[in-house]
Amino acid sequence: MSDNPSPLVERAVVKAHFIAAFAFFFIGLFAGLLYALQFSRIYPFPGVELLSPGRVRMLHTNGVAYGFLLNAFMACLYWVVPRLTGQRVLSRKLSWVIFWVYQAVLLLVAGGLLGGLAQAIEWGETPIFTDPLVLLGVALLIVNVGTPILRSASRNLYVSLWYFSAMMVWTPLVYAMGNYVPQFFVPGAGGAAVTGLYIHDLVGLSITPLGWGLMYYFVPVILKRPIWSHTLSLAGFWGLAFFYPLNGVHHFFWSPIPMYAQYGAVMSTIAVEIVVFTVIVNFFMTIKGNTGMLRTSMPLRWFYVGMVNYFLTCFQCAFQTTLTFQKIIHFSDWVVGHAHLVMFGVFGFWLIGATVYLWPKLVGKPWWSETLNAWNFWISTIGVAVMFIDLMAAGLVQGYLWESLAPWEKSLISSMPFWHIRSMAGICITAGQMLQAFNMWMTARQPARAGTQATEPLPAARAAAG
Amino acid sequence: MERLATIALGAGLFCFVLAGVLTGVLPVAHLSRIKYKTLAEIAPEPSSDFLDLAHRYPAEFTTAFGAPTTDKFHEALRFARDTYIAEACWHCHSQFTRPVSNEDVRFGKVSYAAEYMNEMFLPHLFGTRRVGPDLIRESGRHGNDWHTAHFYDPAIVVPSSVMPRYTWFYDGERPNKKALSMITYVQWLGSWATPEALARKPEVAHVAP
Repeated sequence: MSDNPSPLVERAVVKAHFIAAFAFFFIGLFAGLLYALQFSRIYPFPGVELLSPGRVRMLHTNGVAYGFLLNAFMACLYWVVPRLTGQRVLSRKLSWVIFWVYQAVLLLVAGGLLGGLAQAIEWGETPIFTDPLVLLGVALLIVNVGTPILRSASRNLYVSLWYFSAMMVWTPLVYAMGNYVPQFFVPGAGGAAVTGLYIHDLVGLSITPLGWGLMYYFVPVILKRPIWSHTLSLAGFWGLAFFYPLNGVHHFFWSPIPMYAQYGAVMSTIAVEIVVFTVIVNFFMTIKGNTGMLRTSMPLRWFYVGMVNYFLTCFQCAFQTTLTFQKIIHFSDWVVGHAHLVMFGVFGFWLIGATVYLWPKLVGKPWWSETLNAWNFWISTIGVAVMFIDLMAAGLVQGYLWESLAPWEKSLISSMPFWHIRSMAGICITAGQMLQAFNMWMTARQPARAGTQATEPLPAARAAAG
Repeated sequence: MERLATIALGAGLFCFVLAGVLTGVLPVAHLSRIKYKTLAEIAPEPSSDFLDLAHRYPAEFTTAFGAPTTDKFHEALRFARDTYIAEACWHCHSQFTRPVSNEDVRFGKVSYAAEYMNEMFLPHLFGTRRVGPDLIRESGRHGNDWHTAHFYDPAIVVPSSVMPRYTWFYDGERPNKKALSMITYVQWLGSWATPEALARKPEVAHVAP
């Protein structure tokens, strides 16, 4: 396939997106580490305006979400969509234009955030002048990657493509709504309701469909067997589409947003957790009987632990979304722990799994070191587990101390040990990704060994769809 | 259910719009029954803190604002709100108090929708995390000199604080426009809902839940 004059998959584009993903991952991880150190009162740049912890925090969240996650998702889209549809993306040139425009926008965002041009929208801190550029980039991506889906639309689509197609409708709507409505049109509590909708829709209608779509592709391909239940995957998709967007207000419980909206958010959030379980059950039933492969297949391990983490976050969420839990845990580190487990422990893990699976195929050589891959797997797993448990405990301590009416400083002093541990967990995760990137680099530059040209397995997922 | 058109229109468009109406348009329409006010309407005269800062730091104040007029007071509030956003203060300080967890005892009056229906809360600054305390009832809690020291180096007045230093709000050790505006802003937050203010303006208390 790779010797073809116009290959189905443009490997260089996929590779470039993975490289960019890891480059921005480091920016995001080091920014996170810097911000975490501030909590231990060890800040290397005190009084430096451009590296103020408040600004660095936004570099962390935007760096990992838009720099790492979305770059890696785009890499996977360029690999998966042509394989599932049997069609090339619209244009190779357009792919490169999108790639460079996207990296330029990311650098503009990073500069804008540090330069004091941020917007006060959570997950939408991207400076106002970059928002039209982001929307333009999204539109181009939809045209480019949507074309092969459109061209194969005469038959039933495989489950991954349901998610990708819906995501392409949702993302521009969500982004435009969140970045403009609360900024220019709706003040106060109404604006907060829209912001909540945006925060949640961005995770639920962009990141989650991409993640689930990739999971439904990679897991059957790695296992070489179809997914367990087609009906469950249908229930999962339509359940997500119906319930997920209704959850937004749960980011502002007990606020002056009208209570009927808050009660609705509680119920629909619990409904989403039930929907999520259909996907989790489908995954574990697919892998049932093949768990021995966890010892031999590193990508499968990342997907498996990611799915265990997914179960944990969703189980936790069904409780923390109740107004009773919210009294104590809202505003605390509990929520920060939850966010790390979802964004890194689930979607980050799946994308690293996809990287581990795809990188040898992209460079046409086997991994330079399987040991380093295993090291990253273990220290990332331990790192995110420690961070999650630690921040959850910290959140309970903070919440109960606030309720007890102890002086505010008491909650800071009591949080200190937890914050030290959180920094150490962050160092573990960062170190793991450095090993991964080093391994990627060494893999790419090692001389090709005879007989190791990666062969491409048939897209088993497509057979599964038929 | 597995066709592109059904997915794009049904899941993509219909579900998004349905949720947008139920959890966005409906509450927004409900809240829009409260009249939206400009800064001139909610802050018709300079606050006592703004005047106090003009006395306390006459040279710095003159450089930053000139005379402490109402227009300059509004300029200070807007400039501080922009600074608050640029520094992402809202990532560690919330701006709403809840009717639970003894927050009415710790902070003061529970937040109500009407106090946010003005240009100072477009965009809203509710926040989702409290490393430091909530600020919507901050007015009058500390003196201006306390805030001057606190923005420069929080550990001077709160030894266990993890808040960063904001030394670029100062020229050397003297407050510049940023510090003067930020102090005016945090001292203004909730000035409409102190017990005295509520006693003076019963119509404010009336719209509370």
